[in-house]
Amino acid sequence: MEITLEVNGVPHTVVVDPRISLLDLLRERLELTGSKKGCDHGQCGACTVLIDGRRALSCLALAVAQEGSEITTVEGLAGDGQLHPLQAAFLEHDALQCGYCTPGQLCSAVGMLAERGPSAVTEELTGEPELTAAEIRERMSGNLCRCGAYPNIVTAIAAVAR
Amino acid sequence: MIRIEGRDKVTGRATYAAEYPVKRLAYCYPVQAEIAHGRVAGIDTTTALAMPGVLTVLSCMEPPELSPEADPELALFQRREVAYRGQFVAAVVADSYDNARAAAGAVRVAYEPASHDVRLRADHPGLYKPEKVNPDLPTDTEKGQVAAGLAAAEVTVEATYTTPATHNNPMEPHATVALWSGAGDLTLFDASQGVTYARNIVAQALGLRPERVRVVSRHVGGGFGSKGTPRPNAVLAALAARAAGRPVKVALTRHQMYDVTGYRTPTIQRIRLGADAEGRITALEHEVAEQSSTLVEFAEQTASPTRIMYATPSLRTAHRLVRLDVATPSWMRAPGECPGMFALESAMDELAVAAGLDPVELRVRNDPDAEPASGLPFSSRNLVACLREGARRFGWQDRDPAPGARRDGRRLVGTGVASSTYPARRLPSQASASIENGGYVVRIAAADIGTGARTALTRIAATALDVDPDLVRIELGDSDLPHASLAGGSMGTASWGTAVTLACQDLLRDGKHGFADTTEILRTLPNLARHAFGAQFAEVRVDADTGEVRISRMLGVFAAGHIVDATLARSQFIGGMIMGIGMALMEQTVTDLEFGGFTNRDLAQYHVPVNADIERIDAVWLDEEDDELNPMGAKGIGEIGIVGTAAAVANAVYHATGRRIRDLPITPAKLLL
Ligand code: FES
Ligand code: FES
Repeated sequence: MEITLEVNGVPHTVVVDPRISLLDLLRERLELTGSKKGCDHGQCGACTVLIDGRRALSCLALAVAQEGSEITTVEGLAGDGQLHPLQAAFLEHDALQCGYCTPGQLCSAVGMLAERGPSAVTEELTGEPELTAAEIRERMSGNLCRCGAYPNIVTAIAAVAR
Repeated sequence: MIRIEGRDKVTGRATYAAEYPVKRLAYCYPVQAEIAHGRVAGIDTTTALAMPGVLTVLSCMEPPELSPEADPELALFQRREVAYRGQFVAAVVADSYDNARAAAGAVRVAYEPASHDVRLRADHPGLYKPEKVNPDLPTDTEKGQVAAGLAAAEVTVEATYTTPATHNNPMEPHATVALWSGAGDLTLFDASQGVTYARNIVAQALGLRPERVRVVSRHVGGGFGSKGTPRPNAVLAALAARAAGRPVKVALTRHQMYDVTGYRTPTIQRIRLGADAEGRITALEHEVAEQSSTLVEFAEQTASPTRIMYATPSLRTAHRLVRLDVATPSWMRAPGECPGMFALESAMDELAVAAGLDPVELRVRNDPDAEPASGLPFSSRNLVACLREGARRFGWQDRDPAPGARRDGRRLVGTGVASSTYPARRLPSQASASIENGGYVVRIAAADIGTGARTALTRIAATALDVDPDLVRIELGDSDLPHASLAGGSMGTASWGTAVTLACQDLLRDGKHGFADTTEILRTLPNLARHAFGAQFAEVRVDADTGEVRISRMLGVFAAGHIVDATLARSQFIGGMIMGIGMALMEQTVTDLEFGGFTNRDLAQYHVPVNADIERIDAVWLDEEDDELNPMGAKGIGEIGIVGTAAAVANAVYHATGRRIRDLPITPAKLLL
């Protein structure tokens, strides 16, 4: 099937197998291997990208369903040769070790910072909750990091959120 | 220092094994045994071969050519016997991943099942004494008379501790891309903790001279031991590429990883501990039962830390192994020390309670002058300083020892302590150093699996050359580089750093090129007990209604020689501690007694710590000088962080609730029953 979608601002028209996930389309067909496959089952967050500005698990998204979507991957978070403030903060705070969860953490954090409303740990349900460390931890818990970089990930995100 | 490859990692440019752009790439998807023991009676590939895009099917019905020397876990499709559920019995090669996977599902395998035995138990009739335990340690040790020591004791503790099978679960699944040249040379892009070692083992399996194989592994998404040896995916990719006549990628799924990439053996550990009225240990015995597969003997050194921790006139350690119809267990972060110290450090806490002594004080009182089992002097040992410094920082002084006495709303609050330790060893490595384009290039077939090896070696080289680190470039992760040991056993920095330092010194002498091989130097080292030590402190809050355990504070204090890079070290220590929290509270792979294999083979059912599980956690270290280690004066730091964590948590849970959980993980059900 033929689909047209935009990835990091570049339009692509591709003929795809209806079974292929958005993640495999990115990694195996478009040579955008920044998005990682950790589980292929929506359980780890390594494949997180932004679909129309919202964070989403690309391993659970079928490519054929992305007709007309605007996808942003880690490669497209900042302009060429530039770093997104979160990428810079991850470097500065050593919020990565093996780096395999990192693209997912970054895309997830970008999406998370744009979200509104309470989370499961928000105590005061009226008004916009303050993005405390506990809120960041809760909102980033869909992104596993086996290296255990969590404390530094929280520090890095908090530094940008401020 | 900011990680050298950090920018590549945050921008998505760092290339992991499955990500090398290769033309005409085909994909291979394995078919796994559905029985735990027995034989493949026949395989029908007719449907699969007729499916779209399928190039070929490999199977044990037509064994591809491999060397008889191949490691039994890598000897793919050589026999029709099934040693464990999940073993690869066939594989499909196709032009796309989806086509390969679909066709693999259409391969029909008929079995002749035999009865299976997958359950480890302390009274298993098959338990035997292996000749040695990993990596090359005596199976048993004995000093003095434990029975006499126990008879002379004022207080005794006798208890059995159990740890479940656990899985390394690096975030990057094991993957290999294989390419054969026209001349019959093989290149593998593989997720590997040691490319020299991987090259040699793959070459051995394929019956090739090592020079004909090249393994490239520039970035590795974690390993924690599971990528220390090549896994079936490496050999499968090579076989599939040979059969298909084009490059092939094998990217294991998370589920497949549970079956074929190793795991930590479950253990059953019995500890007997006696002490006099002052809390001085009179007897210590640590007996372990654990498992391996019928294919390969892997005997984890679970009781080994007990040989070095505490002074005692009588000390016995013993390992017994049973070979079951299971996959081969292997290295998982701090094999031996990690499960063994859960048992020993839990028992020490029980002894402190029984003797009415503070658990920090009990450990201080039993600090030995020399390594207890061997009598060797320590190159350095600062456990006591770690305990004291940790107690001070953690606010241990005012601790009321009474269990179950503190409440904060619904939550019972408690604190616990445990010691950690890990050996400081080295393996032979080579390195070269040269001046190129006004800078320095250091080459070594080391691996950076997230430890920051590139960054640490850059610092080490810059120090040896006395130049700015910006002038040094490290090349690693390629078996064509000077041969190096693996990233394992917390030996990387020490082993590679020695070779790098010597190569840089050689360069300074020569002016143009330097080279070093540490094989000879390591043969003539003085015989000393070299270990890092640490102390872990945990504060837990246990929900009295649900049994949920939250770790509200965790502190690790370590003495690990000279710390090469503070930022990297802190990340490593804390990462280890977080994995230890997983071990304490949630990680277990459940053996399927009915069908063999494991029941929970994904990250939805095998829980690892998530961000919300980690509240206040910190790691600090003491300045420790030790001239008996290596040119850097450094002990390894990759594993000690996980050692002792689970015991500190379990001891804190006891302090909070009065419930002693001797069977990991500490799930709510165990606290509520
Ligand atoms: S790869 Fe998509 S959530 Fe794990
Ligand atoms: S940095 Fe390795 S998994 Fe997060």
